[in-house]
Amino acid sequence: MTALSVRDLQMTRGARVVVQQVSFDARPGELLALMGASGSGKTTILRAIAGLEPIAGGTIETGGVRLGPGPLPHGAGLRALHARVGMVFQFHNLFAHLTAVHNVWLAPVHVRGEARESAERAARRLLDELGVGGRAEARPHELSGGEAQRVAIARALAMDPPVLLLDEPTASLDPERRMDLARTVRTLVEGGRTVLAATHDADFVRGCADRVLLLEAGRIAREGSAGPGE
Amino acid sequence: MRPVVVFTVCTLLAVSLAAQEPGVLRFGGDAEGGAPFMEADPNDTARVVGFEVDIAALLASGLGRSSRFVQVGFSNLDPAVERGDFDIGLSGIEDNPGRRARLAVTVPYYEFREVLTVRRSDAGRFRSFADLRGRRVATLGATQAAETLERARTEHGVEPVIYEDDVHPYTDLVVGRVDAVLLDAVLAERGVRRNAALTNQPTDLGVGHYVGILAPRAAALRDRVDGLLRDAMRDGRLQAIFTRWGMWNEDQPRLYARVLAANGPPLRSGESRAPESAAAATWRYLPALFRAALITLALSCVSMLLAVGSGMLIATGRVYGGGLLRAVLTSWVELVRGTPLLLQLFVLYFGLEAFVQLPAMVAAVLGLGLNYGAYESEIYRGALQAVPPGQLEAARTLGFTTWQTLRLVRGPQAFKFALAPMTNDFVALLKDSSLVSMITVVELTKQTQILAANIGSWFLPGLVCAAMYLALSLPLARLARRLERRWGAGIHA
Repeated sequence: MTALSVRDLQMTRGARVVVQQVSFDARPGELLALMGASGSGKTTILRAIAGLEPIAGGTIETGGVRLGPGPLPHGAGLRALHARVGMVFQFHNLFAHLTAVHNVWLAPVHVRGEARESAERAARRLLDELGVGGRAEARPHELSGGEAQRVAIARALAMDPPVLLLDEPTASLDPERRMDLARTVRTLVEGGRTVLAATHDADFVRGCADRVLLLEAGRIAREGSAGPGE
Repeated sequence: MRPVVVFTVCTLLAVSLAAQEPGVLRFGGDAEGGAPFMEADPNDTARVVGFEVDIAALLASGLGRSSRFVQVGFSNLDPAVERGDFDIGLSGIEDNPGRRARLAVTVPYYEFREVLTVRRSDAGRFRSFADLRGRRVATLGATQAAETLERARTEHGVEPVIYEDDVHPYTDLVVGRVDAVLLDAVLAERGVRRNAALTNQPTDLGVGHYVGILAPRAAALRDRVDGLLRDAMRDGRLQAIFTRWGMWNEDQPRLYARVLAANGPPLRSGESRAPESAAAATWRYLPALFRAALITLALSCVSMLLAVGSGMLIATGRVYGGGLLRAVLTSWVELVRGTPLLLQLFVLYFGLEAFVQLPAMVAAVLGLGLNYGAYESEIYRGALQAVPPGQLEAARTLGFTTWQTLRLVRGPQAFKFALAPMTNDFVALLKDSSLVSMITVVELTKQTQILAANIGSWFLPGLVCAAMYLALSLPLARLARRLERRWGAGIHA
């Protein structure tokens, strides 16, 4: 059983091919790390799966939603995709005019039509679980990098997507916080979620990844299980 | 830069030399008044012709000088002559005690009756002010007729509508925007001649006189001019001028007889109130100024609402719309920004008259609102584009539609970015709203202008008016700063 299936993915920037012949599957309850140097195509692959960038060739399938070459998904197709896939950005991209908790309950209320009170309760619970419950009323500019990262994860989790994409999740964290985050992400995976993380943080990968895909110049150069020595 | 300075200095020198030129009698008037007073010569538009021009020539030759015309807006003739912009003002200027108190005024040289003009179909029912209770009656600002109408407002409940020119009162009477026009017989005759649907009522509504005005320090010149006018009354040269312009009637010989019989104190004209001090007049006008300030405020608020609404729609269309919509909206913004607001107001109010007769207030709100809407749209467009694209991507990955993203994420942040320039524009609009006086709305500046024309000085009225504008705009600026502090926190981070 696969939660996410990528086949022969090809992506271009103008005439330049930036991702080619990338194929992999991810199971429910698996944390798959995409590693590689800057510019190797990690983030680009995540953005394609999130429906943010058009793909030039191949397919991406998740829970019956299928992306192929052509225009970006929109309307019902986009909603179906994001019922399956959530994304946490490297720079968090929190909504600057809203408090942390408001960032988290906004989508459940307006996209899924949940009642405001229950959505807000759930949002506070999520923030508590992620260790930033005390910062619920803070604005994004008042949060530290680590706090903003957790609020962004809570925002994505509030929509309960089976597949969660993390782009450089540890980039804004100090070493101690990185291990905290690794434990948090591990808990999500244990709960049955599929996590795909683009990172070049080897400690993080050792700490929580099940499998690693090493990218070089847009291709998968190596694939293996994570562990000491990787 | 240097040639410009040299040119300016030369021009100023030339102007001041011309001002002192002894062989020239500079006469001031407003050629917009048109025939028979004065208008551009159809054969040579650099020259003016009219009975006032002929009288100026008559006076100049009597003084052994040549005459030269100086164009000045009608309502600013009094302060201009006081300042020395010209030697004598001749432009259908009415005699009144206020003028006599402030300026050196000549003997009257023409007597006119105030005439009520109505549509032919209304000739039977609108004969006097009493018949016009609750009706709109038009006139020209800064005239005796305007004063008469102001009194008729309290005595008979008519609603005066003040125009900046003497043509549109009659055209608006034809299309039904007003129900009557009160102006002197010379203008009324011309109005009826140009508009076959109108007729003049024979009702006696008082008389007035045209006089020349000079600076108070020019009393000696005024006395010489009076002598020349009396001579011209005696020997028939004035009669010849008025006959040539089709204005001679039986009222004039009676006037001349009185003028030639009197020596010293001037004749009393239509109005008999004693002249009052500038402070007293300003005090008397204060309630009217407050009313006008309220109109300015209300007009500005409603116009700004329209500007914000239309600006948001245009900006949204330009950011999200397809190629055709974007092209149409861009053209609209360029059209509105590239043409003067005053022109737009004229087109809305007078230009569309044949198709739709917008009430003045509606035309004013539309003109100001749509004009500022074009500017607002540029602010909002910039503000929408200033919201970091990362947040829009985040919204997309959470499943928000484009409209939801605009409403919940992009719009609110853009609004806060736009707040400061918007307040700035609101203050600018508050002041630009004075332009709507050109389409008969009496707002704060117009009311001040009426007061200033009445007392012949801008000093005290100008101070009071400025204080009122400040009282309106300063709280706005404070409010904007508070809103920015409360809402703006963090979003620039």
